Amino acid sequence: MTIKEHYDVVVIGSGPGGLAAAISAKKNGAQDVLIIERDIEPGGILLQCIHNGFGVEVFKQDLPGPSYAQRFINEAYQVGVDFLLDTMVLEITRDHRITATSKRYGFLTIQAKAVVLAMGCRERTRAQVRLPGTRPAGVYTAGTAQRWVNVEGYMPGKNFVILGSGDIGMIMARRLTFEGAKVERVLEVMPYLSGLTRNYVQCLMDFDIELQLKHTVKNIIGKKRVEAIEAVAVDDKWNYIPGTEEIIPCDTLLLSVGLIPENELSRQAGVLIDPVTAGPFVDDGFQTNIPGIYSAGNVVHVYDLVDWVTEAGLIAGKSAARLVQNGPQPDAKTIAVKAGENVRYVVPHTLNPDHLADGEIRIQMRVRQPIEAPVWVEVRSGEKLLHRKGEPYARPGEMVTIPLKPALMDEVKAAGELTVAIVKR
Amino acid sequence: MKKYDIIIIGGGVIGCMTARALSRFDLKVLLIERESDIGMGASSANSAIIHAGHDPMPGSLKAEMNRLANPMWDQVSADLGIPFKRSGAYIVAIGEDEFGCLAALKERAEKNGVLTEIFNADEMLKREPLVNPATSGALFTPTAGMVDPFAACVASIENAIQNGVEVLTDTAFTGFIMEGKKIIGIHTSQGDFACRWVVNAAGTYSDEVMHAAETRQDFKITPRRGEYYLLDKAEIEINNILFPVPSKVSKGILVLGSTHGNVLVGPNSQTTDYKENKAVTPEGLAEIWQGAQKLVPSITPRSVIAVFAGLRATGNAECQTPGVNYHNDFVIERAGEVDGLINLAGIESPGLTAAPAIAQRVTELLKEGGEKLTEKPGWNPIRPARPRFNHLTREEQAALVAQDPRYGRIVCRCEMITEGEIVAEIHAPLPARTYDAIKRRTWLGTGRCLGSFDMPRVVDILAHELNLPVTAIRKKGAGSEFLLRQTKEVEA
Repeated sequence: MTIKEHYDVVVIGSGPGGLAAAISAKKNGAQDVLIIERDIEPGGILLQCIHNGFGVEVFKQDLPGPSYAQRFINEAYQVGVDFLLDTMVLEITRDHRITATSKRYGFLTIQAKAVVLAMGCRERTRAQVRLPGTRPAGVYTAGTAQRWVNVEGYMPGKNFVILGSGDIGMIMARRLTFEGAKVERVLEVMPYLSGLTRNYVQCLMDFDIELQLKHTVKNIIGKKRVEAIEAVAVDDKWNYIPGTEEIIPCDTLLLSVGLIPENELSRQAGVLIDPVTAGPFVDDGFQTNIPGIYSAGNVVHVYDLVDWVTEAGLIAGKSAARLVQNGPQPDAKTIAVKAGENVRYVVPHTLNPDHLADGEIRIQMRVRQPIEAPVWVEVRSGEKLLHRKGEPYARPGEMVTIPLKPALMDEVKAAGELTVAIVKR
Repeated sequence: MKKYDIIIIGGGVIGCMTARALSRFDLKVLLIERESDIGMGASSANSAIIHAGHDPMPGSLKAEMNRLANPMWDQVSADLGIPFKRSGAYIVAIGEDEFGCLAALKERAEKNGVLTEIFNADEMLKREPLVNPATSGALFTPTAGMVDPFAACVASIENAIQNGVEVLTDTAFTGFIMEGKKIIGIHTSQGDFACRWVVNAAGTYSDEVMHAAETRQDFKITPRRGEYYLLDKAEIEINNILFPVPSKVSKGILVLGSTHGNVLVGPNSQTTDYKENKAVTPEGLAEIWQGAQKLVPSITPRSVIAVFAGLRATGNAECQTPGVNYHNDFVIERAGEVDGLINLAGIESPGLTAAPAIAQRVTELLKEGGEKLTEKPGWNPIRPARPRFNHLTREEQAALVAQDPRYGRIVCRCEMITEGEIVAEIHAPLPARTYDAIKRRTWLGTGRCLGSFDMPRVVDILAHELNLPVTAIRKKGAGSEFLLRQTKEVEA
């Protein structure tokens, strides 16, 4: 394959967001579409997610991660998306010039008419949760362990403690158990689960793996290799409760303590980042503050289901294709969408009411505090309730979606800004 | 038994710089290091400062070595191809009371022959806008600088190896071989070696080495642990060295820009009995945080990307200068009670700064001890730096990749470290054979993701280049293997 110097749309990353964006850009009329991927094959983190649970929304089928990815990889090749694999993007400029480097293709510069950022996210590390103790071998993020076990085929330990009840951690608890390891405990500093309830049931409960809420790691013990960790109960302010310390012998500590959108390239390009999501501020077409730079998937905010990532990619790709064909549109009056009561953040940050004419716009959010009772998800303009939707409960580990229907177009247009809240019914 | 003229015990910055100084002469020199790599003690966990020399007790060996060594660093860093920046340092006073202390510090600095200048608050804020607005001024020491301390170790030992010095890692000193009062060799975990001289540069264990030769029985190292935070360079940028007004026991919690671009915060000071106690404690981290925010209030815990601790080799040696009442001085001496032993002990701060002067002093001590040092023809003081992809311009990067495609593959995305750089370290004069050895040399895995992305890839590269199974690849020494078995292997 020869790499051209000019592309209509260049997508950075070939995970579910990037694949969907590239396919969608191509299907919506962009001529030359390129995906740049740093790994040697496309698919992103899905390739190491060999468990099922993918595609229930998009395909109405329960697929393993690699199968889900493969459907989009096949489609991307079919529609004629170019792939530049084993290549790392070093820099993106405001005017869409991309510098990249590769062992296979050398040092490259590519000019794009539009760029879709789809770099996904990275895992929080022990430093970010400021774990005390020594620094031996045997402290890994759950995702690194997942790559070793599922992609490379090696076991990073025998006896595990997992800190954090994130989805990857719980899934790894089950996976490691399948491979003959013993998972001693899962510790979660919060008073509630941080991942999906279904993962708690299927990965921990079904395998008798104990989850201790309001517990954390007070010390990591071991010089060359982890020998034990010291667990401790915490109060509501995460202070250790004296007398609750417990030494748990283990050779590996896995961390599943949160994901952070990977936006270093975005920042370089001048993209403004929301400090709450750690992803770009986006409009309903997933355009960032820089014209012609879009973003899709976990690089915007951390999703709970891959299906939503795909959907976001489809929208971003369509927006990019539209820009390529129609050129920049005159600034429309956009409506700000704000996080109200018990909502930690909401995406998109702004929307163009005219886009409601093309179909519904999904507003997605994370709740601040869990409510284990029926709730209303409300969209208001000032005091005025525009729209609401019932949910049986609201949990921080599970994203909440409320669609705005085209019928609301006039009311949204008239609003100065929208506020979204999640309240007890 | 293999015979050497001189054996150096300890591959910290003192041992490595001494090895380099001795490599100049027609001597057969061996350096042994008990850990899997050089520089794993205090030399890779310290404040990375070349001190101006304002702080040590006037008249002490610390003050003298600091004064002699500080000007040597321009040449040393140029010869060795290591990052060094003579940035100057500020002792920042917060509030009026502390401003009053600066005059006394200035006087002490002058006694040590160190140039200083007092700035008012406006000048300080102009020079470092992130400093606490409650500052009342600062004492500026223009000759202070920042260095990559591990690079100083690795570059000096590589230069020593180029000039004929031998190095054995994973080799622990276990005792002396004596002939009466004369040292004729040493026992190690890897066998016995004959020698005429031993240089004791064993850091926190330097007292035990002395005692094994039955010298200085009352000398004792009481390690003091210092904990540090490293901050994300994308989050905060400080290009200065900021000290607080010091307390009686320590120079206090500093905030400084490092040669890698990250802000470093620390250290505190906790006495410990255990010489391997490099654990980070919640209390210690809280203490550092408080100190850091006093100097730079905008520092937030969100930007932390690493926490670590180092151990200072604090000794109890009396200062030899008459009239100077000081009990934690360096020991740099030819041992009195036995022949053939040079002690470099109690080397805590400003030990990194002092290293080139201490190495120089070792050559003088050898001469005084009757050693005829003849210069080797063809000694080469230059150790060329290897390419660092991330430090190059785009044009230079393109040229490097064109020349060797392995420099085109980024393995560590946060620090932008390439496969070419990793492979070069694995095959360097002192081969980097573990993950941490590569990390210390390239700064790989020190960024935002702390190696989560690169670790499996580096393990693969190490296995490939060293022709070992991946299960043999270690983080540090034996027992720190990353991977235990294949997934489908049945547990024994």
